[in-house]
Amino acid sequence: MGATTAAAPLRLLWFQASGCGGCTQSLLGAESRAGVFAQLAASGIELVFHPAVSEASGDEFLALLADAAAGRRPFDILCVEGALLRGPQGSGRFHLLSGSGRPVIDWVRELAAQARYVLAIGTCTAFGGINAAGDNVTEACGLQFDGEAPGGLLGERFRAASGLPVINVAGCPTHPGWVVDTLLSIAAGALGADDLDAWQRPRFYAEQLVHHGCAKNEFYEFKASAQKHSDLGCLMENMGCKGTQAHADCNLRAWNGVGSCIRGGFACIACTEPGFEEPGHPFMETPKVAGIPIGLPIDMPKAWFVALAALSKSATPKRVRENSRADHPVVAPALGKGRPK
Amino acid sequence: MSRRLTVGPFNRVEGDLEVTLDVEDGRVAAARVNSPLYRGFEQMLVGKHPLDALVVVPRICGICSVAQSAAAAAALADASGLAMPDNGRLAHKLILAGENLADHLTHFYLFFMPDFARAQYAGRPWHAAVERRFRATTGEAVRELLPARADFLRLIGYLAGKWPHSLALQPGGTTRAVTPTEKVRLLAVLRDFRAFLEGPLFGDALENVAALATPDALRAWGTARSSDFAAFLAVAADLRLDMLGRAGDLFLSHGAYGRSADCLFARGVWEQGIAQLAPFDAALVAEDVSHAWLAGGAPLPPLHGETQPLAGGGLNDCAEKPAAYSWCKAPRYEGRVAETGALARQAVDGHPLARALLAEAGGGNVEARVVARLLEVARLLPAMEEWVRALAPGAPFCAQWTLPDEAQGVGLVEAARGALGHWLRIERGRIAGYQIVAPTTWNFSPRDAAGTPGALEQALVGLPVGADEKTPLAVQHVVRSFDPCMVCTVH
Ligand code: SF4
Ligand code: SF4
Repeated sequence: MGATTAAAPLRLLWFQASGCGGCTQSLLGAESRAGVFAQLAASGIELVFHPAVSEASGDEFLALLADAAAGRRPFDILCVEGALLRGPQGSGRFHLLSGSGRPVIDWVRELAAQARYVLAIGTCTAFGGINAAGDNVTEACGLQFDGEAPGGLLGERFRAASGLPVINVAGCPTHPGWVVDTLLSIAAGALGADDLDAWQRPRFYAEQLVHHGCAKNEFYEFKASAQKHSDLGCLMENMGCKGTQAHADCNLRAWNGVGSCIRGGFACIACTEPGFEEPGHPFMETPKVAGIPIGLPIDMPKAWFVALAALSKSATPKRVRENSRADHPVVAPALGKGRPK
Repeated sequence: MSRRLTVGPFNRVEGDLEVTLDVEDGRVAAARVNSPLYRGFEQMLVGKHPLDALVVVPRICGICSVAQSAAAAAALADASGLAMPDNGRLAHKLILAGENLADHLTHFYLFFMPDFARAQYAGRPWHAAVERRFRATTGEAVRELLPARADFLRLIGYLAGKWPHSLALQPGGTTRAVTPTEKVRLLAVLRDFRAFLEGPLFGDALENVAALATPDALRAWGTARSSDFAAFLAVAADLRLDMLGRAGDLFLSHGAYGRSADCLFARGVWEQGIAQLAPFDAALVAEDVSHAWLAGGAPLPPLHGETQPLAGGGLNDCAEKPAAYSWCKAPRYEGRVAETGALARQAVDGHPLARALLAEAGGGNVEARVVARLLEVARLLPAMEEWVRALAPGAPFCAQWTLPDEAQGVGLVEAARGALGHWLRIERGRIAGYQIVAPTTWNFSPRDAAGTPGALEQALVGLPVGADEKTPLAVQHVVRSFDPCMVCTVH
């Protein structure tokens, strides 16, 4: 015991590129008895700098950053939050770092070259995210991906000093637990290249589907679907839910202690996936061909899905059907005869 | 002796901000406020399904994401003439109040107070205690605030699934009905948070804080107890924060929590010079782009506004428009600069303390802005308790929205940091125009065509700058007193 805390702490530098700050706001809500900063400190991670909470400002911060970028001030972990704006025409002028007159993308390239671990905090930083929606006028991309295409700002071959590629803690926002678990795994020496999926996301949350543990499971089984907002039924058939395709553990680990998108009554829009920002259809409607959703559950052959859906629809209990179309349970499960067997 | 200082980045400010100061004889003679980031959200929305705005706009800003959702939902409802059921209205108010309350505390504890823990203030009688409590990231108050805040955000977990970036707020209400037991639990969440507020923050009942009516009563209250708010009042008195950061005379509020007729905090425009309240008229808002790196001529009302970046030129200038220095537009009300935020909200609503603090100093100032924010905390939580009690499980939470083919709508709400407006045009069932005027666009606007500086630009003039100060402390206090949100500004 104590091995990780007795060793020199890992120095963490947090840098904000073009994001909404929501991943930091989300992180501040991490569940921990004395807050996330105390938890990181106790786990052997020293927060050298975070733009939303650290004391240094203006020239003090620029000096610190310049030292870090030039290798004069060693640090271990670089967390970047926000998309990288290359526009217009690759100049980076759409986002200059205040007070420095230099494009943020230049700072990020230099800082990444000095870090042992580079984390992309949120989908913007991993893939470009919401900034890349529409015509992507700002030429936004992620650190090592441009949407689904490998490359991004740092290039496909980038490796941090630890040998790992960018660790994509994707999510819009990312869950505080995803960030904390990733950082604690690094501090414990328990995060290697094999622990990342093909999109370089930590497998501990990216090898789950949002569908896993969804409270609407019975509605799903019987294809008892919500028809309109606030209905209790499954959101897949009509309301645009991509929970059966999206990689994340959102219904296994609570958001804000008690919630999730689907517990909140609205669709999963697959915010952990590259390209989620342009689904090619209105977000809150399920795209269908001949009445069948085109986005089928991962690992499920279409013929099976169609056959099972038809069968389960024909077998839907009255309770499940009626509750699926109301905003509160209108029919309670019957009491069985005798004890459950 | 005169010199020019470029100050930035500002930490503990949401987003990127740069301020250029002309300093003469140790004082700021002129200030220019620059938002060095352009994000293009308004362009991104054109052509999309109108309800997709509910996905896109919260992601403008992580700290006011619910306010953005609420404004979009209000604009969409306005466009189709839809009214919410009572439960939906209550849930909207609760979710927005939850965000705004959390933001006020985040601002006070994490963004604003740590500046007084700085070594530069060592030796002031209050410094040791403030340093122990408010030191950035490691102060003891941070260890208390974060868990209290996380527990409080369960309110949004129950009502809206998650924070930030929820899709629960819809034009017709919310997607999530609460059960009778959840109602009980929501009251428990509020009770826990009340205990934090009445403990470390105020050291007194919320109702007593909300009833403070004069500056004298406030200061007497502060000296009579030890609490985080009392600590701020002691700092403010010692450093004369009431004399720091006066902007203009016009204070604007869209009115908060409810329809304009029956909202908790009234809608209106307060004119400090003549101590008069006027109704707010959205038609009197126009945005000027004379000093922004954006294409356009005369000021436009937001409904017909455009956002086209000027991409030519070098890194820090723009050949097409040499006068420009920001990506931020300059909104004006009847052609005039306005300040918005908790102080404006409370002054417009007629709270005697907010009005008296303004009168005493002759205008807005650092102390009054912070006091108004905490006063609002004390007024808001009891209102939230009422709203939870009024929820009626079983009755509907959401009316159905239907897509109009051609329509326009305006959504006016109050984010923690002030007035937020969305102006929407729908043509052929798609978004044809979407313009956002955010609170910090008002407060941190650049100059307009007449050369009139924005509110912060005015508030910085006259501030002391020490001979070797590169990031003057007084400037930081004034900037943070507005609780700026630059990511909203530069949407
Ligand atoms: S499809 Fe969506 S709503 Fe339906 S069960 Fe799966 S995750 Fe839940
Ligand atoms: S449920 Fe889907 S949209 Fe919601 S946070 Fe999880 S992955 Fe993102």
